[in-house]
Amino acid sequence: MTGGRRLASRRPPATLLAPATLAALVALLPLGYLVVRALSDGVGGFVDVVARDRTLALVGRSLLLAGVTTAGCLVLGVGLAYLLTRTTFPGRQLVRVLATLPLAIPSYVAAFAWLAAFPRFDGFPASALVLTLCCYPYVLLPVAAALTRTDPATEEVARSLGRNRWQTFRLVTVPEIRPAAAAGALLVALYVLSDFGAVAILRYDVFTRVIYTSYRSSFDPTPAAVLGTLLVALTVLIVWGEHRTRGRAGHSRLGTGSARRHPLVPLRRWTGPAVGAVAAVLSAALLFPLGSLAYWTARGASRQLDVGELVGAGTSTLLVAALGAVVTTALAVPVGVIAARYRGRLGALVEQASYAGHALPGIVVALSLVFFGVRYAYPIYQRTPLLVLAYVVLFLPLAVGAVRSSVAQAPPVLEDVARSLGRTPLGALRDVTLHVAGPGVAAGAALVFLTCMKELPATLLLRPTGMDTLATELWGATEVGEYGRAAPYAALLVLLAALPAVLLGWRRDQLDDGGAT
Amino acid sequence: MKHALRPLAAAAAVPLSFGLAACGGGSGFDEDALVIYSGRQEALVADVIDDFEAESGVDVQVRYGNTAQLAAQLIEEGERSPADVYFAQDGGALGALAKAGQLATLPDDVLGLVEEKYRSADGDWVGVSGRARVMVYDPDQLSEDEVPGSVFDLTGPEWKGKVGIAPSNASFEAFVTSIRVLEGEDKAREFLDGLAANDVQTFDNNILVLNAAEDGLISVGLINHYYWYEQVAEEGLDAVPARLKYLRNADPGALVNVAGAGVLESTDKSAEAEQFVKYLLSKDAQTYFAEETKEYPLIEGVPTAEGVPPLDTLNPPEIDLADLDTLEETLAMIQEAGLT
Repeated sequence: MTGGRRLASRRPPATLLAPATLAALVALLPLGYLVVRALSDGVGGFVDVVARDRTLALVGRSLLLAGVTTAGCLVLGVGLAYLLTRTTFPGRQLVRVLATLPLAIPSYVAAFAWLAAFPRFDGFPASALVLTLCCYPYVLLPVAAALTRTDPATEEVARSLGRNRWQTFRLVTVPEIRPAAAAGALLVALYVLSDFGAVAILRYDVFTRVIYTSYRSSFDPTPAAVLGTLLVALTVLIVWGEHRTRGRAGHSRLGTGSARRHPLVPLRRWTGPAVGAVAAVLSAALLFPLGSLAYWTARGASRQLDVGELVGAGTSTLLVAALGAVVTTALAVPVGVIAARYRGRLGALVEQASYAGHALPGIVVALSLVFFGVRYAYPIYQRTPLLVLAYVVLFLPLAVGAVRSSVAQAPPVLEDVARSLGRTPLGALRDVTLHVAGPGVAAGAALVFLTCMKELPATLLLRPTGMDTLATELWGATEVGEYGRAAPYAALLVLLAALPAVLLGWRRDQLDDGGAT
Repeated sequence: MKHALRPLAAAAAVPLSFGLAACGGGSGFDEDALVIYSGRQEALVADVIDDFEAESGVDVQVRYGNTAQLAAQLIEEGERSPADVYFAQDGGALGALAKAGQLATLPDDVLGLVEEKYRSADGDWVGVSGRARVMVYDPDQLSEDEVPGSVFDLTGPEWKGKVGIAPSNASFEAFVTSIRVLEGEDKAREFLDGLAANDVQTFDNNILVLNAAEDGLISVGLINHYYWYEQVAEEGLDAVPARLKYLRNADPGALVNVAGAGVLESTDKSAEAEQFVKYLLSKDAQTYFAEETKEYPLIEGVPTAEGVPPLDTLNPPEIDLADLDTLEETLAMIQEAGLT
């Protein structure tokens, strides 16, 4: 490890800081809206609602659910990532693709599938289980990327010094994947805080309920906005906590710029149990909700499938999700690089600001962009660019976390070498670090892509009038109980979600086969 | 330095160029089209809107969404709203928009099509289709005669843990408001507290209450009538073991409410917008709502669907729907009872 090099003294160059600040400001838009709205009504009502016993109890329930779900996702995500990258698990390339697909299934669809099959399974255990099965890929993706990126040399050294495999994992591998796992865990926790659909269907009341109810109460966005600030405060606390767990040690590689392949751990007699466990997870997270929809298709007699509508919704979904992924990742790169390389107060501030919109329910973010769009950006109101901007606000942290943890693993010394060879700081960053961190950044973009595809509340309010995505069509059908009509949209959603996963896997195979170093 | 800037310039150019590309058309945005914000689902109303387009030659664009969220969006948009018509699931959301001064008064020839009690007193919005509150029950647990004849019986000890409601649903809220209007605040509060104390089962929406009755999780549930008919149409009567009981005794549990529409004050297409609302009250559209969504037509001369008891046999409580505009108090009461 080249860790321990303190970088705090170096200030990020303006060419990095300017776009990062822009990204942070975009992410802070909803907070600005909440403040404007909250102040328009005085603070008396705020104190009333917040101090109510019920509100506080609901905050407690939200935090409990977030904690248990995050723990579950860490176990599933890290376990799967290790099995599918480091061991002789049969068909691990394909299974890795399959294991990321639950991310494409909206949590309310999964929740409905479980409730329909097991009507008595509800409340906290059901919510924790369903959300864990929906969210573990948030941990799996970055941890799998980190596991392939780490330098085998450190583990080999530990083994040669007499450590057994478990000790090596604990002493060497865990610290190396900790930033990635923590980044993933953070995303899970924030997702759970902001989720409403799944918990509402599974009958576990959480804090988002208060926000949705207050929208309904007077159709006046003010009280809900006030409550939203409470969620932002919780987010800041959680992001700050995650920041603290990151520690000070660096986790970059020794040796050449690209990863050598890790030798695979033979599973031998554990192959059977491992396959069984992974099959169980995939069945519950992927096959079960899809199977449930297929069952409804067979049982229902809904309107015939309109293939043109399906293709149109699929195309729109691909377009807006791809735009969302590209723009979000582009803005996340400067933020992530600053977070990984320049650990000053400024960098921390910019990074934490990028999380501001992430724990807010989509409806709050959407209304904030309605507010700003109508007033200051009317020409793009209800056009694609504003929708893409909403995706940036909502999902910037998905990409920032991926960029940060993969850049952190690229040794800074390489940049120093490049600079001594005459590269400018940004030139060195681009030619060396981003090249090395490429797979991690791409994984982040994929994560954003998948999440944009199923996004609902902001898409409903901000999409161009008349444009349908797979998520809006799916919602429209389930809302009226036409599950049969919903099924093809869900199936196409999962099918398209496999695209980035397959592309990423394919790309790595090319590198591996070419023996690139 | 020039060299170093290239990737960042490229990164910045991406959103910019996409933004321009998206603005340059292709988004299908049509300045001349009549824009409808519909809180009613595409599956339920798209055919009616298509028929209107074909018949009138007016170009229509529809934004489908959730009734409450679209109302919040309209209020946030204010005068600059692109919407011309708001088509809502329930009168409460229309009432809120009217209160915010965002709905224009409808012409008399539109208002006159519908009985007074099914539209706004100020003429800001008009009911388009009716829905009856009913009790859904599990016939394995109860016979129809054993289903209580009044919602107030549901707080009795024999129904402990056996009743299902969807307390965050607009239809339930309007029903509670009707109790407040008909029976007074104290009685309404007593009823809600009684339900909560009686371990009432709460669900996110009407469909889930219906499913719970089918699965035997509850004995009785409070829902709108058409959910049952739609499920029967989708899956067949054999697959839907639950049955409905209409109270027919002027009990609040027999309330008839409406979905409705209004024209935005800020519209620049008021003629087309009014034309659309009028079309919703045409014989064709009303027949569609009766036959396809199993709702109650609100104009004279259009019969209800076969199997759905006619409106004039329901004996709902006498109430002016325009009086159901005090949603905030109702929600506070539901919340204080601990049901949401």
